[in-house]
Formats: sequence, C-alpha cells, structure tokens
Amino acid sequence: MLLTAWTLIKILAITLPVMGAVAYLTYAERKVIGYIQVRIGPNRVGPLGLLQPIADAVKLLTKELIIPSGASKVLFVLAPVISIVAALAAWAVVPFGPETILADIDAGLLYILALTSMGVYGVIVAGWASNSKYAFIGAMRSAAQIVAYEIAMGFALIGVLMLSGSLSLLDIVNAQQGDWGLFSWNLIPLLPLFVVYFISGVAETNRAPFDVAEGESEIVAGFHVEYSGMTFAIFFLAEYANMILVSALSTCLFLGGWLSPIPGVPSGWPWLFAKMGFLLFCFLWFRATFPRYRYDQIMRLGWKVFIPVTLVWILVVGAWKLSPWWLW
Amino acid sequence: MQAVRNFFKTFLLIELLQGLALTGRHLFARKITVQYPEERTPMSPRFRGLHALRRYPNGEERCIACKLCEAVCPAMAITIESEQRDDGTRRTTRYDIDLTKCIFCGFCEESCPVDSIVETHVLEYHGEQRGDLLYTKEMLLAIGDHYEKDIAAARAADAPYR
Repeated sequence: MLLTAWTLIKILAITLPVMGAVAYLTYAERKVIGYIQVRIGPNRVGPLGLLQPIADAVKLLTKELIIPSGASKVLFVLAPVISIVAALAAWAVVPFGPETILADIDAGLLYILALTSMGVYGVIVAGWASNSKYAFIGAMRSAAQIVAYEIAMGFALIGVLMLSGSLSLLDIVNAQQGDWGLFSWNLIPLLPLFVVYFISGVAETNRAPFDVAEGESEIVAGFHVEYSGMTFAIFFLAEYANMILVSALSTCLFLGGWLSPIPGVPSGWPWLFAKMGFLLFCFLWFRATFPRYRYDQIMRLGWKVFIPVTLVWILVVGAWKLSPWWLW
Repeated sequence: MQAVRNFFKTFLLIELLQGLALTGRHLFARKITVQYPEERTPMSPRFRGLHALRRYPNGEERCIACKLCEAVCPAMAITIESEQRDDGTRRTTRYDIDLTKCIFCGFCEESCPVDSIVETHVLEYHGEQRGDLLYTKEMLLAIGDHYEKDIAAARAADAPYR
C-alpha cells in the first residue's frame, strides 16, 4: 500500500513537470519562431506573455466538445487518450540521474520503442474514427511515415546497443562515462546515427518539416480536423510530450544524459535539462527554417537514405570496435 | 564531378545547415513588431478613415447637396435627400453613409467641390449591433466638428502635392 502510494507520488513528480514543460514549450515555440521571423511573439498575457499557456489551456478547457454525428464515438474519444498515454508512459524509464529513475527495467529501450510505436495508434484511430476524408488521409500518411522512420530509428539504436551492451537506459548513460567528458559520449563514434536518430525523432513526432500528417495547408489539419476543445488539446499535449521525450532519449542515448561535457565539472541533472533544452530548441529552429517535405520525399529519405546509412555505420562501428584502433 | 559534389552537399546537409544559420542570425535581429495600441506607424495625410462632414468657420455646413459623392460612390454607400432652404440655398435633409458598404476608396472626398465630405484619420470605431455603422448627417457633422483641427491640418499638409 505504502509502496503503491510512493510510486504514485513518483509518477506525479514526473508527469506534472512534463505537463508544465509541455505548456511552456508551446510558449517557447511561439516566442522562438516569432523571434526568428523578426517578430516578438506573445507578450500580452502576464509579464512577457508568460501566462499565455495558462490562458490557452483555460480557453481549450471551456470550449465545447463536438463529436461528429458520423464518427465512431468510443474510438473518437479513445484516440487522444491513446496518444497521451503512450507519450507519458514512456517517461517511466527515462533516467534523470544516476539514481533518479522511476523504473530501471532491463529492457528499457525496448519498452520505449514499443510505446512510441503505440502512439501512432492514437493518430490512426483518430483519423479513422473521425469519418472524414482529410482525417483519414492524415492518419494513413502518419502510419506510413512512422513505419518508415521507426526502422531507421531502430537501426540507429542498434549502434548504441553495440557500444553499451545493455538495453537499460541507466547502463547506456553510465557506459558513456569517461575521462574525456564530451569525447566519451556516444555522439562522437555514432555521429551519423545521432543525426539519423534525431531527424527520425522529428519525423516520428510529426513535427515540421515532416508534419504531412497534419499538413494544414493541404489536408486542413490532418488527423485532428474533427477534434475540438480538450480532445484537441490532448493531441497537442501528446505531440509536445513526445518532442520532450525524443529530446530526453537523444540526450541519454547519444549525449551522455546527465554527464558533464567538461572533465572535472561535476555531472548532474542540470546538464540533462540543458541538453534537452538545446534539442528542443532545435525542434523549433527546424520548424522555423524548413518548408514541409513533399510526401514522396519523406518516404525516399526514410527508406532510401536513412536505412542504408544506418546499416553502413553499424558495420563500420562494429568493425571499428573489434579493431585495435578503437579509442573508447 | 558536379554530381559527386552535389551528392556530398545534399548528404552532409550543408545547405540545410546554411538555412539554419540564416534563421539563427534572424533570431538575434532587431524585432520590427509595432506594439499597436501603445505604438503606431506613421499615417499619411491622405489616410482614409472614418468619414466626416465639415463646416465653414462661420458654422454654415459646406455640403450643397450636389450629390456628386452619391453618384461616384462605387459601393453605393451614400444616400442623399435635399430640399431648398428658406434662404434659397439647397441643403441636404438626409446624408447617410452606410459604413458596412463603404470600401474607403476616397472617391467621395475627391469628387466634393466644396471639401465637405472628407475622410479623417480615425480608424478605431466600431458598431455593436446592426445599424450602428449607418452614419447619419448629424453624426457625420458631429465628427467633423470634433476633428476639424486635424482635418484642416491634414488638408494643409497635403495641399502642396495636389
């Protein structure tokens, strides 16, 4: 009983900050994109516009929930739930420090792969249950895209597994501990895999320039056209929670998690959050810079570029690791 | 050779990184946003905002009911009725502008031989219900009285260019 309560408290201690981070990520997104477009972004609600996410949340909470008459009602309501559950449950195995982790399971990485693939069901179910052609096109695009990029992502992770020899995220981060700080991380030997992983992560989360599932200028808003009010907000929560998750995972897998980049400087969670923050900024930066890929270009990039690149680099790293010139 | 160079340019994401550098520079550029209610962009003397009917300094209304503005109005937003006054001059008895029809082209102002109907610099007005934006002669004259100084100043500033 006590253990259950303690676990619940720990879950809340992860979930609530994630929700807060999601709220302020939307604010950061509007600010960063505004600044890049030489505007100043939201600055009216509260000092510097800092209360804007709260105003948005209140607005969405008080809006009417419309369920289209032709929709499959149960699935229509279930879809956002699937999305958010998958996005939040994956946080269970993300390590925040050498001891700070909710569930240090041996197959943590596998668990994360499984859950992030579950997230796509939210999108597909939403698109199907809406009984709208735009939503359906969005759902199909999203499904095809995620299948393509999941493979590249999986192969990129194989490189990490070869270096760390474990599926547990704690072990993976600990394996990147070394005397050379930054140069002991997986980032250096696995640089191409890191790039592939991060770009696949952008594609997995349906973020620009891979946001064809949403594609507001071509298919209105894709899978969530028919959603309104809080159900719509939950899709957004899930999307942003996934962005934060992908940043956290890239940090743990390639950028040494909470480890300090400079030898001698103590490690700790501030490093983890700094690295995550930079990656999240990159998400927003990409969105402000790149126009949306055409759909066939996305497929080409996933199948014909990323998968061969990861396969080749796995061979290179494998051979390198067995050779006497392995430095780590 | 060109093909090889292009391959490496694409494969190493060089052009994408150049794009990121460009937007990254703009992140620190001076912002051009004008904070509207507190700050405003400069306004030309020819700005075409809310309409007004002007008077002569002695208080006599300028409009002589020639109906040129009514005829020229492309949106047919102006309605004029007139009759002879006791002193023998012709004046309007009704001068309505339906601002929901008006397209703010300024033709009425240009066509007016006595500079009676003018467009002021007022742009922040609103109607809360249907009919609020139908401006009658009294309302237009009141606007003219209220803003006469600004209207005259704008006309004077624009005079050298006419």
